[in-house]
Amino acid sequence: MVKVTQRLGGLVLRFAAFCAALGAVIAMVTSRERSSFFVLSLVAKYSDLAAFKYFVIANVIVSVYSFLVLFLPKESLLWKFVVVLDLMVTMLLTSSLSAAVAVAQVGKRGNANAGWLPICGQVPRFCDQITGALIAGLVALILYVFLLIFSIHSVVDPFLLRKS
Amino acid sequence: MAVSKLVLAATSTKSCKVLLGLRVLAFSATLSAAIVMGLNKETKTFVVGNVGNTPVKATFTAKFQHTPAFVFFVVANAMVSFHNMLMIAVHLFGGKMEFTSFRLLSVAILDMLNVTLISAAANAAAFISEVGKNGNKHARWDKICDRFATYCDHGAGALIAAFAGVVLMLIISAISISRLAHPNKCSSSTAATPSVVP
Repeated sequence: MVKVTQRLGGLVLRFAAFCAALGAVIAMVTSRERSSFFVLSLVAKYSDLAAFKYFVIANVIVSVYSFLVLFLPKESLLWKFVVVLDLMVTMLLTSSLSAAVAVAQVGKRGNANAGWLPICGQVPRFCDQITGALIAGLVALILYVFLLIFSIHSVVDPFLLRKS
Repeated sequence: MAVSKLVLAATSTKSCKVLLGLRVLAFSATLSAAIVMGLNKETKTFVVGNVGNTPVKATFTAKFQHTPAFVFFVVANAMVSFHNMLMIAVHLFGGKMEFTSFRLLSVAILDMLNVTLISAAANAAAFISEVGKNGNKHARWDKICDRFATYCDHGAGALIAAFAGVVLMLIISAISISRLAHPNKCSSSTAATPSVVP
């Protein structure tokens, strides 16, 4: 009985993480806004910034991986491998989110010392959608941290559980 | 692969020396990254214009505090090096403490958290440096590395050290997780038996 609830909990967490990562990808890819500033026309898309491209690629990898692991059978020998892959995927998620947030923060506030002006004033809807994508990425990261601890609990089975 | 051999050898006491060596390396890498970026500062005087015949000069400073990503980089590297120092101390002087499974579990979880922390910090600083090095013509952000070359070079050195720290922390974390499955005490004075029977 404990095993069934364990497996169900793992599946629910992984499905939620898959949805969050997929939502982040979709929100960022569909963010595109054109704004005209007197005669200049500025088109803001996610691919202008390398950090956002990395964010999209990382979250695509994470959602594909989550989707594949959802269908892994319970008795497969690959579950030990899944622990290592979960750690690497969590690292990927946190690094992509951190890079995207760092660059988005420059886009929103600018950097007065480097002479970089903020762009969010001209393309507010683009900025809002990027913010939404980053929040979804954060949710996916938190879920994956829980999943990582959960995978270690169920696969490696530390002694903490076998209380006599 | 060397990593799988390390993981498989986690049951032997030779792995204790390997783990200690890796932790010392990771500690030195992250500490040097934090120090190099923390002392990163360059002041330069530029000619910004001409008033009549005399050039007008202005002094500009490039400091790591100007960029929040670099501040996060310094703080995170300091935290990870402190964590490694703590783990080395526990490794060397924790022989007299009671050896419970909670100790192994907390070491493994802390290592995992620090892996994610250091990878986030290194990556954020890397992408911000890329914008500083190449500029971004869509957002109309000029590159700064052509004017502050020493600042950029020191930053690049700190980034390389941090990425070395990321790889080392990943290996350390993998070894710590594998030690959860086959626990053994890493001390020469094993007079007391472990309190948990395998």
